[in-house]
Amino acid sequence: MTKNLRVKTSKFIDETYKISFKFNGTTYYGYKGDTLASALLANDIHLVGRSFKYHRPRGIMTAGSEEPNAIVQLHSNSARTEPNVRATELEIYEGLEASSQNCWPSVNFDIGGINNFLSPLLPAGFYYKTFMWPASFWEKYEYFIRKSAGLGKSPTKPDPDIYEHKYIHCDVLVVGAGISGILAAKTAAKNGFKTLLVDEKSYLGGSTIYQNSEKYRINNQNSSSWLEKEINEIKKLKNLEIKTRTSVAAFHGYNFLLARESLTDHIPLNQRKNKTRQRLLKIRAKKVLMATGSLERPLIFDNNDRPGILLSSAIEKYANLFGVACGEKNVIFTNNDSGYETASSLFQKGIDVQAIIDNRENIDSKLIKEAEKNNIKIYKGYTVVNTFGYKRINKISVMQLSKDGQKVVGSKISIACDCLGISGGWTPAVHLFTQSGGKLKFRDEDQVFIPDKYPSDQISIGSCNGEFTLDEILSSLPNKLKEFLNITKTDYENLEVQSSYNKSKRNIWLLPSDKIFGKTKSFIDYQNDATARDIKLALREGFRSIEHVKRYTTTGMGTDQGKLGNMHALGIISETANTKMGEIGTTTFRPPYTPLTFGTIVGRNVGEYFDIFRKTPIHEWHVKNKAEFENVGQWKRAWFYPKDGEKMHDAVQRESKAARDSAGILDASTLGKIDIQGTDASEFLNRVYTNAWSKLAIGKCRYGLMLNEDGMVYDDGVTTRLDENHYIMTTTTGGAATVLGKLEDYLQTEWPELDVYLTSVTDHYATVSVCGPNSKKIVSQVIPDLDFSDDNFPHMSFKNAKIGKIKCRIMRISFTGEQSYEINVQANYGKSVWEKCMEIGKEFNITPYGTETMHLLRAEKGFIIVGQDTDATMTPIDLQMDWIVSKKKYDFIGKRSLYRSDTIKEDRKQLVGLLTENPDEVLEEGAQIVADIRKSPIEMLGHVTSSYYSPNLKKSIALGVVRGGKNMMGQKLIIPMENKQINVTVADPVFLDKENKRLNA
Amino acid sequence: MFVIDCPYCGEREQSEFKAGGEAHIVRPKQPTELSDDQWAEYLFMRKNIKGIQFERWVHIHGCRKWFNVVRDTSNDVIKAVYKMGEKPPTN
Ligand SMILES: [Zn+2]
Repeated sequence: MTKNLRVKTSKFIDETYKISFKFNGTTYYGYKGDTLASALLANDIHLVGRSFKYHRPRGIMTAGSEEPNAIVQLHSNSARTEPNVRATELEIYEGLEASSQNCWPSVNFDIGGINNFLSPLLPAGFYYKTFMWPASFWEKYEYFIRKSAGLGKSPTKPDPDIYEHKYIHCDVLVVGAGISGILAAKTAAKNGFKTLLVDEKSYLGGSTIYQNSEKYRINNQNSSSWLEKEINEIKKLKNLEIKTRTSVAAFHGYNFLLARESLTDHIPLNQRKNKTRQRLLKIRAKKVLMATGSLERPLIFDNNDRPGILLSSAIEKYANLFGVACGEKNVIFTNNDSGYETASSLFQKGIDVQAIIDNRENIDSKLIKEAEKNNIKIYKGYTVVNTFGYKRINKISVMQLSKDGQKVVGSKISIACDCLGISGGWTPAVHLFTQSGGKLKFRDEDQVFIPDKYPSDQISIGSCNGEFTLDEILSSLPNKLKEFLNITKTDYENLEVQSSYNKSKRNIWLLPSDKIFGKTKSFIDYQNDATARDIKLALREGFRSIEHVKRYTTTGMGTDQGKLGNMHALGIISETANTKMGEIGTTTFRPPYTPLTFGTIVGRNVGEYFDIFRKTPIHEWHVKNKAEFENVGQWKRAWFYPKDGEKMHDAVQRESKAARDSAGILDASTLGKIDIQGTDASEFLNRVYTNAWSKLAIGKCRYGLMLNEDGMVYDDGVTTRLDENHYIMTTTTGGAATVLGKLEDYLQTEWPELDVYLTSVTDHYATVSVCGPNSKKIVSQVIPDLDFSDDNFPHMSFKNAKIGKIKCRIMRISFTGEQSYEINVQANYGKSVWEKCMEIGKEFNITPYGTETMHLLRAEKGFIIVGQDTDATMTPIDLQMDWIVSKKKYDFIGKRSLYRSDTIKEDRKQLVGLLTENPDEVLEEGAQIVADIRKSPIEMLGHVTSSYYSPNLKKSIALGVVRGGKNMMGQKLIIPMENKQINVTVADPVFLDKENKRLNA
Repeated sequence: MFVIDCPYCGEREQSEFKAGGEAHIVRPKQPTELSDDQWAEYLFMRKNIKGIQFERWVHIHGCRKWFNVVRDTSNDVIKAVYKMGEKPPTN
């Protein structure tokens, strides 16, 4: 039977609303308003997981997002399963099923726990030292580590939930809705600023709202009631948007912040359907007010990690906010006044506090008097030296500290307890501030890093700025707000504030023990099981930089990013290495502040919305006729059209043969098209292509090659002169956007004097390409009014015509080597023109072919594909295309680079044809080419770039780039494959119809 | 993710723009007259300063205009924005 540890009704918990949930298979009850952690604690459950390396039992340690231990897996074996959820943040809901993560087979009996006894063998860097060698064993190690460490399981089914992204622009963003954030947001909104207030919790008011103590008073009211009135007022402000359950994950430059808003994670499972689960907010704020608060520090002593050891402030929060006692016999261990506040809160709730262990000798007499009145014994100048109890703390032993705090003296005293609250003072939550590029400074008096230099229009207020007491916060806030918001007045001038605790603290980063140092286990990073000993070992082994120590010991590398222990790691390094804290700096805090789900990051961009895809106007026809598609950039292009269960190879062979024997038809609409107009259009083309354009007659087409300024081939395509000052350029499908961008760049920046206008018209036209010996017969019936005779309409020319009332441009150009006509019509007529060609072509067995056949046909002719036969290292000379480089032109893009000492080398890789010894053997694209197989290491001469079986030549053909290949015609080379070597002969890259007879056949 | 004040459109998100490298590198008017070293200087050599850098940017998903930006590369603070052909600010 479990105990019920509920104390006095809390107004934040709705005890009339009971919720059942499962934890590790057992059903428990909690109330609306509970987190999983508070509900478990109310059921007297502390043990929730095992530690990562030693598998030590671990309990709930905090009450917030900094939690290192209480990390659970939700809804195992379902599509909604999620690892690494912090029980301290998760609000319980009907249907919740959670289980411990770092344990196998169960949290109470854990096989990996044996590591705890082996721990002398598992020092810092253990994984690096052991598992990194030999490297080939890593896969096996990883399997072992993952299974025994149980890092949580990712879902294997698609995420059923909906996520979205939202942009928000505001004048003022306030991060954190504690007392500072509330007052700042109200002030900003009342002064006309469009304000957004976000907080990661489900409620507003931070810790002040549940600080139900007479010790904190504002204008003679209890501080929590005073704040409650303020909260009620801000809810009415029109200028203010409030988002709770919203955690800021990242703070980038220019006040750009990312936040995750949880919308359904707290409601019953059966009510979540069709609702957005989480929203990624992309916030651009003119001004940012950081009010992120502070995190309590633990204390570092031997066995400081047992279940039942919590932060003192967490115990207070569980009592005041959730009405839950973390233990029946509590001891507080502190080095500052915060521990007394917890003790006082517990006493008020009727929860027993046995003793306060205080590192300090000098303690405020008021605090001592109150403790004595409440029958709490204070151990002044004492420290905890050890704790006992395996799955739950049951005893501590304490000893007196020496004057310098480096040793313990006197005799050991044992104190029985079932809960120990620890308080090592406070660390401002500056994570987001540093993410934004802010610089910190170290404040020696209380050993904290606080914001120093702001990189953007932002300030930090409240305890994240190192102001830890209520009177300190409220006395400085009005002036800060007035200056930051440039206003003259706030509602908070001259508040009367009373708070009874002060900043006195005795800071000892690593508390001494009566044991020798090597025998203690004082945890600094609970999640990664890094101890003080590990840090010292790293320093002994020569690590100095905090970044290196961090990686070597894994301190701060868990999902909590070491929110609790990083300061102690720095402190111990500074003490051991004898350097000043401020000089070591801190490790870099990286986004996200708390982990984000993948769903939130991708939002709606999943499945078919992952990336846009572009379809040609003829796409529907291809789909209907069962084409297989391939992705070319964002385009879906028909790849081949399998008939009667054909495989790709057979379909391509059939299509290729049909195109050469009779007629083929290709959807070429995806080719980039740029409309070029202006009085300097010809001159412009002269400068951007390698060949000459001035003399191209109106109505003629010309192939052009475009280089980068470094002389390397960039793009190619046919450009047609439509009129005196009017051209239409085609580009490769993939290069369309970048070519336009490059041309605009030159026009705007290098040659602004040229009168040229560029317009992308790719999507405006559909292009139907009909090729083959019967192509002319087909197109002349499609367009009966046009004279298709070779005299009137020769190769490389263009005509305007009409198909019925549809205007079209027809180019007689060829990428296959066959006589070929490209009909361009306004996009929405594309499909009907295609269908007309199919209908008329029926008697000639017109065969639709896809990109694969197109590639095969052009390879037979030795035509290159930029990006396949070239990479960014091929000049036109390397491609054996010297003919296209104008010798006469004074300049064009890339010209000068063609005779740099490097580009004129004879032994550059050059494009050649390759013929296999066995004509049936087809090479693999990408295969390496060598000359001598016996030499070691083997010298790689180049690689195969295109390779096909040609049904028209009835043999295998290939293109490849080979070092010095131009002068190797007829030479034998070798393609070494996994279990064989293939002999090839270097050949002319033009395999078919070198005389171009077919173009006019 | 910074915000750039396009001289033609006004303030827009960085994601609408594309960077184009160092500014004020003029393409030589007579490349053929240059030695390999001189041409290489134009073609390859870029400063990549930590601090104040003059850069070219284009509003690629907007007006598609090229312009110049003075940016502190150490903190992404943009000091000035000016059109192509205009003189860089002196201070
Ligand atoms: Zn613009």
